[in-house]
Amino acid sequence: MTSHLGLMVVFAFFVSAVFATLMRESAGEQLRFGARLMGGFVVGGVVLGWLLYVLPF
Amino acid sequence: MATTTARVAATVHPHTYAICAAAWVVPGAGHLWLGRRQKGIAFLLLLPLMFACGLWLEGRLFPFEITQPLVALAAAADVGIGLPYLLAKAMSMGAGRVVAITYEYGNAFLIVAGLLNMLVVLDAFDIAQGRK
Repeated sequence: MTSHLGLMVVFAFFVSAVFATLMRESAGEQLRFGARLMGGFVVGGVVLGWLLYVLPF
Repeated sequence: MATTTARVAATVHPHTYAICAAAWVVPGAGHLWLGRRQKGIAFLLLLPLMFACGLWLEGRLFPFEITQPLVALAAAADVGIGLPYLLAKAMSMGAGRVVAITYEYGNAFLIVAGLLNMLVVLDAFDIAQGRK
């Protein structure tokens, strides 16, 4: 469990779960918001990684 | 105006600062104290687990070095998790192994767990003040 993607997904899970619990009241809303947030973090991280990959420095 | 003041005064918890202190020491304790059981249990499980992941990934619990402001800020963020930090320090954990491939990830987990707990403390404060 030391792959960059795996650790990023675990990190995104924790952060999304805490934010969703803080910002939404019912369990259903928390689940939906948390899933959306986690998806955004993971996809955003991968996209940003590829964008940085082409930079020469 | 007097009615509004009375309503606000009635919803402010008398032990707001004790709740904040409890929320800092034990993640989720503030919400449990305020009767937000589901949220309290979620924080109680998630935040110490995230902190434990950081230790397992060989992250470092930074020392308070005023000469290195960024290190001092990271140390302040680490302390934000409360009791897990004190326990880890007491057990000489969190030395960090800078050559480990997961070192930076471990630091991120430790620092962010502390910062998230600070947010949780602020949320408990807002609830105790009757704002949420």
